[in-house]
Amino acid sequence: MSDFDAYRRRFVTGMVGVAAVGALPAGVMLWQAQARADNDDLPASGKIRWGMLIDTTRCATGCDACVRGCNQENGMSGQTSPTDPQWIRKVTVKNPRTGFGFSLPVMCQHCEEPPCVDVCPTGASFKRADGIVLVDRHICIGCRYCMMACPYKARSFIHQPVTDQLAEVPRGQGCVEACSMCVQRIDAGLRTTACQEACNAEGHKAIFFGDLKDPESEISRQLASYASTEILADLDLHTGVRYQGI
Amino acid sequence: MRIVYRELEGNSLAYFGLLGGLGVLVVAGLLSAWQMEHYGHIITGMTNQVVWGMPHVFAVFLIVAASGALNVASIATVFGKHFYKPLAPLSALLAIALLAGGLMVLMLDLGRSDRVIVAMTHYNFKSVFAWNVFLYSGFFTFAAAYVWTIMDRTVSALYKPVGVAAFIWRLALTTGTGSIFGFLVARQAYDSALLAPMFIIMSFSYGLAIYLLVLMSAYCWSKRPLGDAVVRRLKNLLAVFIAAVLYFTLVYHLTNLYFTKHHGLERFILLDGGVYTTLFWVGQVVLGGIVPLALLLAPATRQSRMAVAVSSLLVVFGGLAQMYVTIIGGQAYPLPLFPGMDVSSSFYDGVVHPYAPSLVETLLGIGGVALALAIVVFAIKILRFLPESLEDAVVDPHHKAA
Repeated sequence: MSDFDAYRRRFVTGMVGVAAVGALPAGVMLWQAQARADNDDLPASGKIRWGMLIDTTRCATGCDACVRGCNQENGMSGQTSPTDPQWIRKVTVKNPRTGFGFSLPVMCQHCEEPPCVDVCPTGASFKRADGIVLVDRHICIGCRYCMMACPYKARSFIHQPVTDQLAEVPRGQGCVEACSMCVQRIDAGLRTTACQEACNAEGHKAIFFGDLKDPESEISRQLASYASTEILADLDLHTGVRYQGI
Repeated sequence: MRIVYRELEGNSLAYFGLLGGLGVLVVAGLLSAWQMEHYGHIITGMTNQVVWGMPHVFAVFLIVAASGALNVASIATVFGKHFYKPLAPLSALLAIALLAGGLMVLMLDLGRSDRVIVAMTHYNFKSVFAWNVFLYSGFFTFAAAYVWTIMDRTVSALYKPVGVAAFIWRLALTTGTGSIFGFLVARQAYDSALLAPMFIIMSFSYGLAIYLLVLMSAYCWSKRPLGDAVVRRLKNLLAVFIAAVLYFTLVYHLTNLYFTKHHGLERFILLDGGVYTTLFWVGQVVLGGIVPLALLLAPATRQSRMAVAVSSLLVVFGGLAQMYVTIIGGQAYPLPLFPGMDVSSSFYDGVVHPYAPSLVETLLGIGGVALALAIVVFAIKILRFLPESLEDAVVDPHHKAA
């Protein structure tokens, strides 16, 4: 073996040793973090499935009370540049052949089979036992694959530092977020979302929120009595948000 | 004649100039990523509508090209073509280097690059991205082991099995890359099983074009002999791959054109999509396909090394154009929330989404290319990747001097 080869071998061996020693504390920290995460309890119950029914015949064109209610509840500015987050937006739909049109709010549809959860590499996109689809901000790496996969374009990426966030709705640069069905309210025992509250306050009462698994709930009674459907129903995602009049 | 592999001397001013120049580009890429980390993606052209931009164009191109670059080695090992054996070490090295460059771009574009370790400790096994974490690390391992079995004669018994494993793994890897898009039901431009095999055939073409460029540059600049036999075989192979890519592109668009629901998307890409239409026809099809095919096959140019070099460069350019059209064009066209209806909203539903890449994200992409090339330039100086000679008489035992 030439001197150069011997030197090269010692050098490579040395580098591997340095890397191994360097990685050890990181490994211990990760193991501890994992142990803590495993101890977390999941309070959500699988006996409930939270859902919404939106009656587009009552939804007024031009009214954006639900959007303003959501922004206020979740600490968003309400600005609408292409890089601003929008958890809920009013969509105006018109049939170009017949002229018939309507408007409706569109947000995360809280699918039973969410494509965003399927594609998320780390499991940060997840569905709670009660059907609410959320992003775990602790393990979201900001790859935006969920945004590519969502058929409803319901998710937003945070493009810049967030300074005015609310205590119960933590948000942050570099992560993806979307409508959480006001999970902070539900977990606090409230049974109404900010968008529903705002819609009711305007007198439209176009949004019903409740437990889809409880046959006695107002939303279940409405769904049993009147025709309703999902946006892009052919995808068979069994969304938690359903619509009448579309 | 026995093949002798030898490190480059690499003591010339030109060598250090090249390495230094690539180093500057890598540093520029890293500085750009740092800016993106600090200010957020607001300083890129990406938005909530076009969520993947220029970094993904470069990253996916490099990753696809990486698996294709390994092909030359696979032809030698898996298909037993001894002619290609002297070309195998560079092939494996290039595969490792291109993948490293692509992954650098992909990782540094993340919204939370600081959490890249999370991607290796938390897995959702239904995610194509999670599969890719294994496919990428496995590819590094197999390609490195493959180089080892080539260079160390004491483990030559493993040469064939490791080579076969690397070949199968690279097919899986590109299937995974194509499926990142193929498995997306949400967007009309994707959502097709065709994308996986299409990405594999694209990898053959892009990887071989880069291989040819690196091989010819290395031999030209190091003044080592490179015979016509090697260049001729590789350029004929490149012509076949270019034709195959054009075929897949044709079938993809014909399928979409047959389905009425995709007519809007096809009209956008093929007719009135502005930059995407131009990049498709001029970049991907004409400059990236038809022109190099003509240069490689036409009697007037097919003997010319310059024509081979230009064709390879055009294939690389066409590949980047293809990635731009596929990745960004596929997002620029609006999602069909209510098919057949006119829709509008404050979140830009129903309209074509504008995208203009910023300098930082472009520099990050170029930084990845520079890293890949720098790894190659450095590695061929410290390890024996390149045969001293690739003259016709050396590589082909049946060669008869004219």
